[in-house]
Amino acid sequence: MATSTKPRVIPLKKRGLNFEMAMWIFTRLSALAMYALILFAVIGALVMGARGEMSFADILRWGYMPNPNHVQSTNVPDLAPWSTPFWRLVGSALLLVAVAHGVHGLVVIADDYITSERGRKIVRLLSIIMMISMSLIGLYLLWQDLLLPNG
Amino acid sequence: MSLKRNVPLGTGLRYRGEVNQLAFVLHRIGGLGMAIFVTMHLLASFIGGDIGSFLNNIYENWAFQIFIFFCVLFHAINGLRITIIDLFPRLLEHQREAIWIEWAVFIPVFGIAAFVILTSALGG
Repeated sequence: MATSTKPRVIPLKKRGLNFEMAMWIFTRLSALAMYALILFAVIGALVMGARGEMSFADILRWGYMPNPNHVQSTNVPDLAPWSTPFWRLVGSALLLVAVAHGVHGLVVIADDYITSERGRKIVRLLSIIMMISMSLIGLYLLWQDLLLPNG
Repeated sequence: MSLKRNVPLGTGLRYRGEVNQLAFVLHRIGGLGMAIFVTMHLLASFIGGDIGSFLNNIYENWAFQIFIFFCVLFHAINGLRITIIDLFPRLLEHQREAIWIEWAVFIPVFGIAAFVILTSALGG
């Protein structure tokens, strides 16, 4: 299959920026942001001395979500540097970006099979509910023991 | 807005998109798998109790671990290819070669991890 036709690139001004186009760009940029955040958390773990105390799988687990609970089962002696508000902010950023990327991905898949206008409206409503509830649950789990130490 | 595409499932499956279609399908399966896993994981930690540990037991099973690692790794590698090619559309010409590179990275990394998960799950 030799396709040697040049890709046609229409400038953004002529194409117009609607919601779908914005989300298309967001999906790509949020993917790059997630690579950066995961790499940042992995480097942070190595700086905090994970080398002798965590297996590679444990470090990746921390990288996918920098939550102190993910370090609890390892040989790290002191969880304090892993539970700072800074790491919780990194975790919150990763959570919000990942939930938005994921829920929009589900909408894209659903749009391939649900083509009626009413069905698509229902899909969008459900997706907004899912996005808000998952973000709130995740933020609660990330910050709960710092903000509600007795609850 | 509503569009009609009367393509039955059988025809869809017989469509021969080769490596591109395989990457597309696996990207979807990977995304869906991760969405299911993250939802389960968040709900299990949030609810706790019997329902929480029931959900925990599902995703801590070694078969689910291998599946979810497949999802994460393929989605990450394939997503990087999509992002790079979409941000630099001129590279679209090298799509097929990019997909072969993906498999060259994916197979050894996934193979080693799956082997480690399997030996620690079955061999003790």
